Amino acid sequence: MSILVFIDQADGHIKKASFEAATYGAKLAAQLGTTAEALVLGTVSDDLSTLGQYGIKKVHTVSDASLNKMDAAVYADVIAQAAGQATVIVLSNNTTGKAVAPRLSVKLKAGLVSGAISLPDTSQGFVVRKSVFSGKAFANIAVKTDKKIIALNPNAFGTETGAGSAEVAAVQASIPASNVEVVAVNKVSGEVPLSEADIVVSGGRGLKGPENWGLVTELAQLLGAATACSRPVADIHWRPHHEHVGQTGLAIAPNLYIAIGISGAIQHLAGVNRSKTIVVINKDPEAPFFKAADYGIVGDAFEVVPKVIEAVKKIKAS
Amino acid sequence: MKILVCISKTPDTTAKIAFTDNNTKFATDGVQWIINPYDEWYALVRAIELKEADPSIALHLLNVGGADSEPIIRKALALGGDEAIRVNSEENDSFFVASQIANIAKEGGYDLVFTGKETIDYNGSSIGGMVAELLGNTYISHATKFDLQDGKALVTREIEGGEEQCQAAFPLVVSCQKGMAEQRIPNMKGIMGARTKPLKVVEPIAVDSMTSVVSFELPPAKAGVKLVSADQPEELVRLLREEAKVI
Ligand SMILES: Cc1cc2nc3c(=O)[nH]c(=O)nc-3n(C[C@H](O)[C@H](O)[C@H](O)COP(=O)(O)OP(=O)(O)OC[C@H]3O[C@@H](n4cnc5c(N)ncnc54)[C@H](O)[C@@H]3O)c2cc1C
Repeated sequence: MSILVFIDQADGHIKKASFEAATYGAKLAAQLGTTAEALVLGTVSDDLSTLGQYGIKKVHTVSDASLNKMDAAVYADVIAQAAGQATVIVLSNNTTGKAVAPRLSVKLKAGLVSGAISLPDTSQGFVVRKSVFSGKAFANIAVKTDKKIIALNPNAFGTETGAGSAEVAAVQASIPASNVEVVAVNKVSGEVPLSEADIVVSGGRGLKGPENWGLVTELAQLLGAATACSRPVADIHWRPHHEHVGQTGLAIAPNLYIAIGISGAIQHLAGVNRSKTIVVINKDPEAPFFKAADYGIVGDAFEVVPKVIEAVKKIKAS
Repeated sequence: MKILVCISKTPDTTAKIAFTDNNTKFATDGVQWIINPYDEWYALVRAIELKEADPSIALHLLNVGGADSEPIIRKALALGGDEAIRVNSEENDSFFVASQIANIAKEGGYDLVFTGKETIDYNGSSIGGMVAELLGNTYISHATKFDLQDGKALVTREIEGGEEQCQAAFPLVVSCQKGMAEQRIPNMKGIMGARTKPLKVVEPIAVDSMTSVVSFELPPAKAGVKLVSADQPEELVRLLREEAKVI
């Protein structure tokens, strides 16, 4: 019995969410008295032995360049081949994980918990807590099958590193032909991907128009943050759709979420309420967002945010 | 061409989330039910648009649920679609539901199965992938655009760190999200027409679920907001650095 962690990569680099999955896998292995191994698909330039610092003992690689393209059918097939006797497979519940994990679940007859947020309770069976109702509640899910798959929510678990170096070895796998032909790829480069960001600065309709977004982007840049927006802002094309967070957009859980000119409608909160710290800047003291916030400033964003930017500059310089 | 759109019944986005029976059941008292927004706004509306462009397309809707799902099925039919199928079963785990869908999809010989990217209650994002694997079909998840071109599907989908445009032959399973289409409001003609569209009820096939819900929990309440004066943004920045330790 062992644990296999699927490590997702993009452009040759390990995704941050996969380090969280590695940490989770290693802790689970310790809990179950076994070891955690990892699987990496495609060509990777990062030094994979460093996964040892996250507690991974051995890294299996299938470094075929065709695997740089994610096709759920191909990935699930290759992961299933590499899984061998592993009883628990851990993936990040990112876009790759969401595409692959369900196929793998059917293929291996392994019960899937997607959106897991903590280690299983193995005192009676195997019960994993996951996020439900768009972050408004948790469910404890019992997995009844012998093999299990856990898709861990990004930013839910954190990473932990120590000393250690993992053995890296190529594993034999036959790669099925893909039925998906990629015509064009459009990577959002140079920006922090929203789903992985530690800090997110987000703007709502209170910012009045796209010409005022400099406030959001400048603060974000200073903090090394990603930018987001409320749904109406994306709907009226002030900002691109991929920035839309909330119940019908992306659900995120950064360490810090700064909401500027967003009222805090229940559908918006559903996508951001797992953030560890929430700051709200809104001119209306009755804005519902303040009830969900940790820190707040009641004031006009056009006056307050420039001052916050200055204050951050000062603290960054000191 | 035959398209099957899977629609799920979910609580309205403003529904109060509470639990009964020792936190083992969602409290449904006073809850309004809607079509899961991803299924409705994106999957269903895009399928309707495809049919509008090519009326020879057969468009069927599928729900796995009890009789109390019928109002949302009728609402979906009011938006469009030729007929609906309800697999008469209280929802079970994702694998159970996906097995029912795959069974109907196989029997009906559908070329294309659309699902939403996830439901807003269970947030499983699993049904599409499971259905694809059960059918042995290609799966394209997180689609933001879908077109038909030379008998193939041309799909834009979200991937880690961006998006890609890809092409795939049928049969195909696609999970849909924002970008695919715009929300529509059913009109009177649609609502009247929906009443007479066929809604076939079939019994589920026997499937063992792989997971079960033990209990639900609500997150601990927030301690309350700490307000900082608009004249003292340095104080906010200090708190974020020294107290919350997030910058
Ligand atoms: C089914 C459904 C799903 C939905 N899904 C989502 C979702 O995923 N994400 C989402 O965001 N919304 C979603 N919504 C919409 C949601 O209900 C709200 O309408 C939306 O979040 C409001 O956006 P907003 O806060 O930017 O705008 P508004 O509600 O217009 O709020 C603007 C805020 O800015 C403040 N303001 C104005 N001027 C200033 C100023 N100068 N300085 C500071 N503050 C100022 C105002 O006080 C107000 O609080 C959904 C709705 C439905 C029905």
